[in-house]
Amino acid sequence: MTFINYATREINCKIVYYGPGLGGKTTNLQFIYNKTAPEAKGKMISLATEADRTLFFDFLPLDLGSIRGFTTRFHLYTVPGQVFYDASRKLILKGVDGVIFVADSQEERMEANIESIRNLEENLREHGFDLSTIPYALQFNKRDLPDVVAVEEMYRILNYKREPTFEAVATTGVGVFDTLKSVAKLILVELRKK
Amino acid sequence: MPSAELVLYEEEFQRLNEALKKLRQEANARAIFLIDRTGQQIAAAGEVDQFDTTSLASLTAGNVAATDGLAKLIGEREFSVLFHEGQRDHIHISIVAKRAILLVIFDERSSLGLVRLRVKRSSQEMEQIFEEMARKGERVTGPAQAPASPFAEITDEDIDALFSE
Repeated sequence: MTFINYATREINCKIVYYGPGLGGKTTNLQFIYNKTAPEAKGKMISLATEADRTLFFDFLPLDLGSIRGFTTRFHLYTVPGQVFYDASRKLILKGVDGVIFVADSQEERMEANIESIRNLEENLREHGFDLSTIPYALQFNKRDLPDVVAVEEMYRILNYKREPTFEAVATTGVGVFDTLKSVAKLILVELRKK
Repeated sequence: MPSAELVLYEEEFQRLNEALKKLRQEANARAIFLIDRTGQQIAAAGEVDQFDTTSLASLTAGNVAATDGLAKLIGEREFSVLFHEGQRDHIHISIVAKRAILLVIFDERSSLGLVRLRVKRSSQEMEQIFEEMARKGERVTGPAQAPASPFAEITDEDIDALFSE
């Protein structure tokens, strides 16, 4: 839910990274954090297990600059991807303005990708959102691995509504900022329409 | 469809800030934060510079959301008050007007009882402010009444400029 503060001249939007476990959601955020100038980012929070699996969420606030005199801030969240953390995923989606789905390109993870998109659709619906209308982008991560599904096949199976789709290698940053920028733009365009 | 925006105008922002300042004084608290349930800070008073307020807001909202989930699992509507006791500083969390979280950080200069008492009174005042905000939002229908929306005249170039290297 976008928060517009006329007194402090700030716009705050929430983007959630969704996807199956170990798909690269946290890695996306870590890369963004490492590459963003100190004055444009806040502290990154990761609520994770000892094995570095996201337990509740990762959080990274980003300042993207000013638009019409309003500081534009995006709050990036990731959800825990493991199947049994569904209750937590529902909570993190509350008030979302845009979603990035990080799909794992490995063949053995395709079922998990499909199930995760179904789960996203269902959890959004519980909050009164509709995946067919919310600002949304799809990322095919891990394109550097040997046994990955062809991009065309992944698009055929996972693309939902002809949303912007990006190939990525989150560990090196390929596609990470492109994906983020596309959803941030979609959010601002959507706000302009309203 | 849930509400798409939370809009805070200057007048209500000042009133909320004043309410928080007053509460801080009356409760002898170190700092007070008013946070939206999605994790964004609305207003604050007190020793705020000592804290990473963005992280505080996000974690508090997560805390409240998780606790709400627990409450529903055991058949409760919600846990209306949360208290975390530290060695030196303590945190009191409560919900205001069903949509905001009031976070009070206090130390040995205050007490849980005093904080609870003052929060209860202050919450009623803040609920009135939120109700007036909601009514104002309904009354404001045209460009003559609303302050200029930051999105009204945004161009594609404005948006692209935000993301240029």
